Amino acid sequence: MREAPVQKRVIALAGNPNVGKSTLFNALTGGRQHTGNWSGKTVGIARGDTRRGDIRYEFVDLPGTYALDGGGEDERLAAEYICSGEADCTVVICDGSCLQRSLILALQILRLTEKVVVCVNLMDEARKNGIVLDGAALSQALGVPVVLTAAGKKEGLDALLAEVSRAELHGKQDWQNPIEDAQRIAEICTRQGENLRHRRQEKIDRILVSPCFGIPLMLLLLLFIIWITIWGANYPSALLESLANRGYTLLKGLLSGAPGWLSGALVDGMYATAARVICVMLPPMAIFFPLFTVLEDIGYLPRIAFLLDGGMRRCGGCGKQALTLCMGLGCNAVGVMGCRILESPGQRTRAILTNAMVPCNGRFPTLILLGSLFFSGGLAPFSVALCILAGVFGAMAASGALHLAKRREEEPTFVLELPPFRKPKFLQILVRSLVDRTLHISLRALKVAAPAGLLLWILANTPLLSRCAGLLDPLGRAMGMNGVILLAFVFSFPANELFIPVTLLTLTGAGSIQSVSDVGAGLLLNAGWTWQTAVCTMAFCLFHWPCATTLMTVYSETRSKKETAAAFFLPTAVGILLCVMLNLILSAI
Amino acid sequence: MELTLNRLMPGLSGTVTQILGSEMMKCRLRSFGLIPGTLVSVCYRSPGGGVTALALRGTMIAMRTCELKKIRVRLS
Repeated sequence: MREAPVQKRVIALAGNPNVGKSTLFNALTGGRQHTGNWSGKTVGIARGDTRRGDIRYEFVDLPGTYALDGGGEDERLAAEYICSGEADCTVVICDGSCLQRSLILALQILRLTEKVVVCVNLMDEARKNGIVLDGAALSQALGVPVVLTAAGKKEGLDALLAEVSRAELHGKQDWQNPIEDAQRIAEICTRQGENLRHRRQEKIDRILVSPCFGIPLMLLLLLFIIWITIWGANYPSALLESLANRGYTLLKGLLSGAPGWLSGALVDGMYATAARVICVMLPPMAIFFPLFTVLEDIGYLPRIAFLLDGGMRRCGGCGKQALTLCMGLGCNAVGVMGCRILESPGQRTRAILTNAMVPCNGRFPTLILLGSLFFSGGLAPFSVALCILAGVFGAMAASGALHLAKRREEEPTFVLELPPFRKPKFLQILVRSLVDRTLHISLRALKVAAPAGLLLWILANTPLLSRCAGLLDPLGRAMGMNGVILLAFVFSFPANELFIPVTLLTLTGAGSIQSVSDVGAGLLLNAGWTWQTAVCTMAFCLFHWPCATTLMTVYSETRSKKETAAAFFLPTAVGILLCVMLNLILSAI
Repeated sequence: MELTLNRLMPGLSGTVTQILGSEMMKCRLRSFGLIPGTLVSVCYRSPGGGVTALALRGTMIAMRTCELKKIRVRLS
């Protein structure tokens, strides 16, 4: 059969945040997307395609914006793209359950470009809210085709594609007062029936953000997520580890003919270290981020921002920065990426530089091990909780100090949308959080872990490792630790998960990370560690250089070597000062 | 009766008569549809009272007290 010539249509998707734009994008493209930069911008634009008949549609997912003239980076990008004329047609996605607000953007876009299709999404939600919408009347009032969809239920997608390929040039329209016009048009086209759901939502909201229950509820929820992540990760971690061990034996067998140094360097060095990082890093992230994305999907995250804005404002931030700190608990690299939600450039930089002070999943094992070894009974969980709090406060204080140090510019007005609660879409959550966050980050970590493993193996099999530890010893002692610990911190640069294995490796003098996995941690007690050592190590674990993955992310987010260097030195300086002070105080006791 | 939006108690609503802030603030508020003539009702305040949730044009947004002070409303 001969292939028919394929026509290509580029379609831009524009719309407010929270109108189901990504859901529609995924429903149209089947989740196949690739993120590419557009004309040198750092903010990525997702693209994806689908083929219907002999037309190939390429969808361009523009950042969600409320308007095009608000002055934000996202808004400028969206407006520039629409005006560039690269897209054959712009689809403006509106929210059926609150048409009035989303029409404002639609009218602004109609002023900019000549070929528009308006897609009123979330019609299922609108129906539940008792809203009746007259699509024909809306189409007549706007002078462009209108399609009603419910992307979550895959309703109206074919009609949308049909309208897109049929759409004709309508010429630019001159809407002088988009806000008033949107109100007038929405009033003509919608009829509001009785709305019971809205009132129920408000009741839920009143409890979730109430002055007495709001913050305790939120803390409980976050603690629960952390607990379930740590507890739940044990099983898949053990499973992965046994798989990795089998791979180790297999590789050793394959390379049995090769010279000892080669199989040592490749298998004991690179493979064992990389496998170790993946085994410990992947499961907690694969649990934490889907849970966090559920909170995002149901609309709880803006409520966290609402609750914490007061505290964050005192250190020159805003409620949304609290969300990036929460993400940092999962992985600092994801936290740094999350800083995109901050509109003010100054706030965003401060948030990026201080995110690594929040302890991530990779540092929990260290904190928990030290806490449980050196503090008996009820003190152990308390010490870990204290560490998490100290990390969060450290990040807030540092970002406050940076705010004070820099000349103040006018910060954009803080406006936070509180979207209605929605049912989460579980499949989409799993895909999005696994692919976007977990896999992406693990691959970055692997890139550093493998070469670091090689270096570690070389050092461990020569007297160099203990000599390095000896060299670092004076500095380590001044900070209340010792050379071995400091060296382990240096070698956990690829991933914080490596701290404990490298410490054990140095203490036992074993040749490979593979052989220390079953050495008891009681060894630390025999190595002359005291509770003072544990306190200083825990403090330095919170405040030291971010891991390589996080630094790479800082660079890819800021595109600035200066800021990446600052992200390295700022927490390190804080950690060194803090540990020296702690050492002076604790040794006096 | 006219007063600033921060003094409106939760549960009450009013029509915006004037926005006194900078051009940047007005611009930002405009993108949420908040201009003179808009009907706004106050839903609830955050713990500590620094942020207030407002309902307008079918959506809910939260704003800080210092900025609500610059928005004048007529009680309805």
